[in-house]
Amino acid sequence: MAEIVRAPVVGARPRPARTRLANVVVRLSGDSGDGIQVAGGQLALATALSGADLETFPDFPAEIRAPAGTTFGVSSFQIHIADHRVHTVGDRPDVLVALNPAALKVNLPDLRPGALVILDPGSFKKRELERAGFPADPREDGTLRPFRVVEIPIEELTRKATAGTGVSAREAGRAKNFWALGLILWMHDRDTRSVEAWLERRFAHEPALLAANKAALAAGHVFGEVSELSIPAFTVGRAPLEPGTYRTVNGLEALAFGLLAAGRDAGLELVYCSYPITPASGLLHQLAGLRGLGVTTFQAEDEIAAICAAIGASYAGALGVTGTSGPGMALKTEALGLAVAVELPLVVIDVQRAGPSTGMPTKTEQSDLFQAVFGRNGDTPLVVLAAATPSDGFAMAREAVRLAVRHMTPVILLADGFLANAAEPWRLPELAAEPAFPVRFPTSREGFRPWRRDAHGVRPWVVPGTPGLAHRISGLERDFETGAISYDPANHARMTAARRAKILAVAEDVPPAALEQGDPDDRLVLVGWGSTYGPIADAVAAARAKGRDVAHLHLRHLWPLPRGLGDLLSGFRRILVPEMNTGQLATLLRAELLVPAEPLSKVTGRPFTVEELSQAIEARLEEAP
Amino acid sequence: MSADATVLDPAEPAPGGEARRLEPKDYASDQEVRWCPGCGDYAILKAVEKALSELGADPDRTVFVSGIGCAARFPHYLATYGFHGIHGRAPAIATGIKLAKPELDVWVVGGDGDMLAIGTNHLVHALRRDLDLVILIVNNAIYGLTKGQASPTTPTGTRTPSTPSGLLERPLSACSLALAAGARFVARSVDVHQKQLPEILVRARRHPGTAMVEILQNCVIYADGAWSHITDKAHAAETQLLLRHGEPLLFADGRKGLAPARHRAGLEVVEVGPEGWQAAGVLVHDERDRSLATLLAALEPPMPVALGVLYADPAPASYEQLVREQIAAERARAPGLDLATVIRRAPTWTVPG
Repeated sequence: MAEIVRAPVVGARPRPARTRLANVVVRLSGDSGDGIQVAGGQLALATALSGADLETFPDFPAEIRAPAGTTFGVSSFQIHIADHRVHTVGDRPDVLVALNPAALKVNLPDLRPGALVILDPGSFKKRELERAGFPADPREDGTLRPFRVVEIPIEELTRKATAGTGVSAREAGRAKNFWALGLILWMHDRDTRSVEAWLERRFAHEPALLAANKAALAAGHVFGEVSELSIPAFTVGRAPLEPGTYRTVNGLEALAFGLLAAGRDAGLELVYCSYPITPASGLLHQLAGLRGLGVTTFQAEDEIAAICAAIGASYAGALGVTGTSGPGMALKTEALGLAVAVELPLVVIDVQRAGPSTGMPTKTEQSDLFQAVFGRNGDTPLVVLAAATPSDGFAMAREAVRLAVRHMTPVILLADGFLANAAEPWRLPELAAEPAFPVRFPTSREGFRPWRRDAHGVRPWVVPGTPGLAHRISGLERDFETGAISYDPANHARMTAARRAKILAVAEDVPPAALEQGDPDDRLVLVGWGSTYGPIADAVAAARAKGRDVAHLHLRHLWPLPRGLGDLLSGFRRILVPEMNTGQLATLLRAELLVPAEPLSKVTGRPFTVEELSQAIEARLEEAP
Repeated sequence: MSADATVLDPAEPAPGGEARRLEPKDYASDQEVRWCPGCGDYAILKAVEKALSELGADPDRTVFVSGIGCAARFPHYLATYGFHGIHGRAPAIATGIKLAKPELDVWVVGGDGDMLAIGTNHLVHALRRDLDLVILIVNNAIYGLTKGQASPTTPTGTRTPSTPSGLLERPLSACSLALAAGARFVARSVDVHQKQLPEILVRARRHPGTAMVEILQNCVIYADGAWSHITDKAHAAETQLLLRHGEPLLFADGRKGLAPARHRAGLEVVEVGPEGWQAAGVLVHDERDRSLATLLAALEPPMPVALGVLYADPAPASYEQLVREQIAAERARAPGLDLATVIRRAPTWTVPG
């Protein structure tokens, strides 16, 4: 039964007390020019300050300046607020604020039945409805029947609230994002102080805009309190987070900070070489803005130049890093082979997106695993890692650098479009003053050979400029002993084996396989990698809370596979591998470990929901004896 | 003894007390040179060794970077640091080297396939960027290593295994391309010009920025005589215009010169009479004149082909210097800034213990 409430309503019911919620999912949505992301960021901060756990995801249009009012111009921001640890942005919104009909249209399919929908009736004019693709007014034709709808003339109230602040009518209307934010903060039992503080910094030199936005924010907040509408109010308690100092961080920020920390760890200058590509460009922007911290950034003429410059930088004794997405990975393939052949450290960050070819640049997928592990000519092994959560990008970027310099190998670190943009609270790391794994370049002429391997099969990293150690490296096969060009058959077999053994030995330098949740004698295990961590962790936790026999194993080291993985997986009756591709990790596990891994695919450009995984868990447990 | 661990130390004082100047032969590695007998690359290698000696180059601070092709074997034959990479990408690898270690002397060597086909993009952008590099384009107008296919500089109509009915495309001019890309040092020479070529290489190395040198090279196997219409001694005086900064554009033993064309934009050949070259309107070569360089680069038979330094006009600073300056400015703007501070730039909150 639809409950549509229109303002103003005379003789409203008495206000109910605030509902205490374990978690709530809120989505703000509007036109790309409506300032949705700014409001969302402030909502996340206010939520974090309340002590609740949260995860956020911005969903902005692929078009740079989409026409106003169209569905492809809709920008959204979702936040999951919880009094317990959560690892996803929530399957379905409980609250949707839609600032125009297009925003309603785009988000309707995602809403939970019974969800609260806040609309601005002022935007529901014939022209706007047509632009959004509504054949009739959805408020009148039963479309909104499954939801609880509250109509508030947000833009009109914003104009009233900002009257007298000296802004133009257009500027006044643009403050409606802060009006809506004020209302949500009231619903969420938060005050507006952190937002006011931010506004004061943001508009320090624009007093009229500052006054207007503050007035809008305050008006929205007060509206909740004094309105005669029945606007639900809730409160979410503190989550049991580890003590410490926190900030929110998204995946690209965490990767950038991780690379910078790794440069310190290794005692090396970082040279980040990249070519613009969605969704990886943000990493270049982040690092370019932090060049004062020991990083050189270089925007190359193409993807190939980017990786080749990174290889050149590593050759010269810096830490060469390149970042890209799937199509760029394809272009970098030949150079990756060169880096394997010349055995230089290199870190390649692949922020995956939906393929093949250009695919869906702004939509997430995990379909570059085969490309990362196998996608090169020749037997060309290297190390492949994957970050599991946005903040995990920090640790995994450091891990990628550590393995690259210790083992003189390219390392591919996989992230994805979801991970890149999703944000979560991040407990700030302790940054040691001393490098954690300092690189020492050999300088001794005594017995020097450019390809003399140590006990781990690793060759010396001798930097040009080192007196007396001039030597040549090449993508041509080289003699195992001298490093000179060699086409000798037995030597090629020996070198191929040496390259393979060197990479397999990396498994000895990383933690053995271990379960995130559950026990080795559970019946079912979900094996994940990358950003499926969130939904798998939450689905398995929920199932275990119901007493289900299910475990979660998450791979951060994908190649070589960690020690003990085969033994661990063999103990489960069923192995389910949820991944945002058609079964790449499942295939890898079956091929390498001869275990009956079963793929669970999702290739819609969106992450798994907890509900989808919960259903899959129940179905597998019902089938398994 | 490892072939790749050649020990040379010019810093080691000679008996006289001064650092010993290395002879050209000291720059040769102990690798057996495996070009075809009679290949023009031997002469170019010799010229490079001469130039390195003349420059007093420190082999330990010198890096040769190459792509793929016959000429790309260069690094193996020199006793410096060397990186023999992948086809066409040497300028990109060299860019990374200079970004990381600007103090290294970096030379890029590639052929016409390497630099003007698969790697053109990198060549263009290296020139536009103007890092302190030398780029040698060894142009033999053919793909040698892959056995004789047409290259971007092969003359139209040439029959090769890949163009059995004759090549349809027109050849590319490396020097014209370089000037269009914004290069600030453009020169052309010939493999066998053992006096001029080392001089040009020395000048290229001393130019603070990217210096491109096109070297017309003879492939004896697949394109023998490809440049003989320009290089044959019998008619060289008529077909070659040897450039010298500040000197008139004269050829044919001074009997002819180049003057501004009278009825179109361009240059034309004028006869120098007894009144002298000035009277004939012959232009004086000015290496800093980009417009003149553009006209000179485009000269092709029946006009004489310009050899020497066509253009040299260094920028105030190289790309890698400017990169370092920007980083230094960033550091100066926020002295003592560290990662912990940057991470805390976002709003933070504390969860009590």
